[in-house]
Amino acid sequence: MNLAYRIMLKIEKLSYQYQQTKVLQIDHWEVAPGQSWLVLGASGSGKTTLLHLIAGILKMQEGQLWWQNTDLARLSESARDRLRAKSIGLVFQKPHLLPSLSVLKNLRLAQTLARRKGKRQACLDLLEKLGLSEKMHALPHQLSQGQAQRAAIARALVHQPALLLADEPTASLDDANAEKVVHLLQDLSQAQGTSLVIATHDQRVKTHFLNVLKLD
Amino acid sequence: MSLLSLSYHYIRQNWLNTLLNTILLGLGIGMIVFLILVEVQIQENFRRNIKGIKMVVGAKGSPLQLILCNVYHLDNPTGNISLAEAQAIAANPRFVKKAIPLALGDNYAGFRIVGTNAAFLAHYHLRLARGKIFDRLMEVTIGAEVARATGLRLGDTFHSAHGLAEEAEAESHEAHHFKVVGILQKSGTVADQLLLTGIPAFWLVHQEGQAADTPPWAAAGKPLPDILKMPPENHQITALLITEYRNPLAAINLPRQINQHTSLQAALPALEVNRIFEQLGVGTRVIGLLAYILIGLAALSTFIALYNALRARHYDLAILRSLGATRGQLFGLMLLEGWLLACLGLALGLATGHLTVEWIGHWEGFADKLALTGWRWENTEYQLIILIFGVGFLAALLPAWQSYRLEVGKILGKANG
Repeated sequence: MNLAYRIMLKIEKLSYQYQQTKVLQIDHWEVAPGQSWLVLGASGSGKTTLLHLIAGILKMQEGQLWWQNTDLARLSESARDRLRAKSIGLVFQKPHLLPSLSVLKNLRLAQTLARRKGKRQACLDLLEKLGLSEKMHALPHQLSQGQAQRAAIARALVHQPALLLADEPTASLDDANAEKVVHLLQDLSQAQGTSLVIATHDQRVKTHFLNVLKLD
Repeated sequence: MSLLSLSYHYIRQNWLNTLLNTILLGLGIGMIVFLILVEVQIQENFRRNIKGIKMVVGAKGSPLQLILCNVYHLDNPTGNISLAEAQAIAANPRFVKKAIPLALGDNYAGFRIVGTNAAFLAHYHLRLARGKIFDRLMEVTIGAEVARATGLRLGDTFHSAHGLAEEAEAESHEAHHFKVVGILQKSGTVADQLLLTGIPAFWLVHQEGQAADTPPWAAAGKPLPDILKMPPENHQITALLITEYRNPLAAINLPRQINQHTSLQAALPALEVNRIFEQLGVGTRVIGLLAYILIGLAALSTFIALYNALRARHYDLAILRSLGATRGQLFGLMLLEGWLLACLGLALGLATGHLTVEWIGHWEGFADKLALTGWRWENTEYQLIILIFGVGFLAALLPAWQSYRLEVGKILGKANG
């Protein structure tokens, strides 16, 4: 099967269970390059599991998950790690920047793991775009919550991944800030040609997406 | 931004833990380095001063005391021996080829005055910095350290005091003055601490009030007699150093002959020095054990620090995995932290050990006796470095293994749940 250029991510009859309890069931789903998707579902509907399967953090149990031309089920754990480092960015509900590193070094670490060494300028450009230039040497505890969230988004995008996965990025934000974060994720991923998948239970976000996958 | 750099940032952030671990490990390493350097140098000093002295003959008593007194000039004499008996041994045609007589008992400013002959200087390969070797009565050639410490210069005169060390109530021999005729170059041997003169000077100084007539060897301006060949009369000396045997059998037969058939005692420096180090070795081993216990404690402390850090950093490590770090990289990260802590402890320990030895080497009272320096490297230290890296590895192994087995999905799920 050749899915290159047309479909970046394709799922067929994917299911996952924890201790004999099925937490995820998707019959068919496709994500094209540059597309933005919202995965909407209540708590326990398997949103995080889906993102972890796509990112290769969890090993597939049943079904198929194609990443461009590659069947993820056939990849070893370290190959999935390499794929994640190079092609996927992850954003969480909390920023979770590494506390011992400055903002800039958090970004540089993501580049190192993606084997994109020496692209300091890319970090600086991205930080400038996010209004964090003045905070590039600050440690995470010296940032406001909003600044930390933007820094985490910058870290997820600095190695120019093909896919950005965001897990409940707006859950702890008020309406205004939730909207800002969603716009930021959409704008930045669009600017980089990165596909975006946001998993959330937050109904406020729904209006910003044309493509919605609902999980029960 | 390498993993090494990440480890460095982490241990820097936890500076208090890092500092405590480093101090603990550094103390243990410092103690061991100190022991290594001091033990090696003291052994070298002791063996250097033996300088091929095969045997020491003196009055009966402790053989160790005989050696310490007459080879290292550290202890008191076991007593005096008659010149006649010493001459008989020195002239033994079967066993003795070269012998050097010694007379001790007086000091100047705490430095020992040693009565001997030119053979002593030749044996120790002593060279003159200025002046000449003593060859007349009451002439003295002084060691480099004596010259430095006392300020004595060529032509200066002084009178000796009774005893081997400077004492306030010591009787001084004011009737006879020694004259400095030579200053020796620094040799790194015990001779640096001595004032060398002819043995007849001792007899003269100590016969005050006993003889009215000047003996022939004390006549002014006459060269010193060869005391091993002169009529012995009732003269005494302190010891005889045997520096060359006539044949290998002498090493076995001569000491036995002297110890069993004369009123004298023969002691072998090599044997006694080994005995000293065996005795010193017990103390050294106890201190060494203590140092290794300190290193063990430091390893335990490093382990606890890394283990606790691992628990506190589960989410950080999971984030690293989410960024694409492999299990192997997390394993390596924890090992690196263990090694970095070991490196810091090593740096502190090596610096502490070497600087302490150097400081003691300059310490008044030690500097002239021990000639210690911290500016040298012993091969044993390489073994110590390997050991410490092993300790760092072991301390980090379990935390590294646990970070390797981290279930990222669960941790990330919990954090967002």
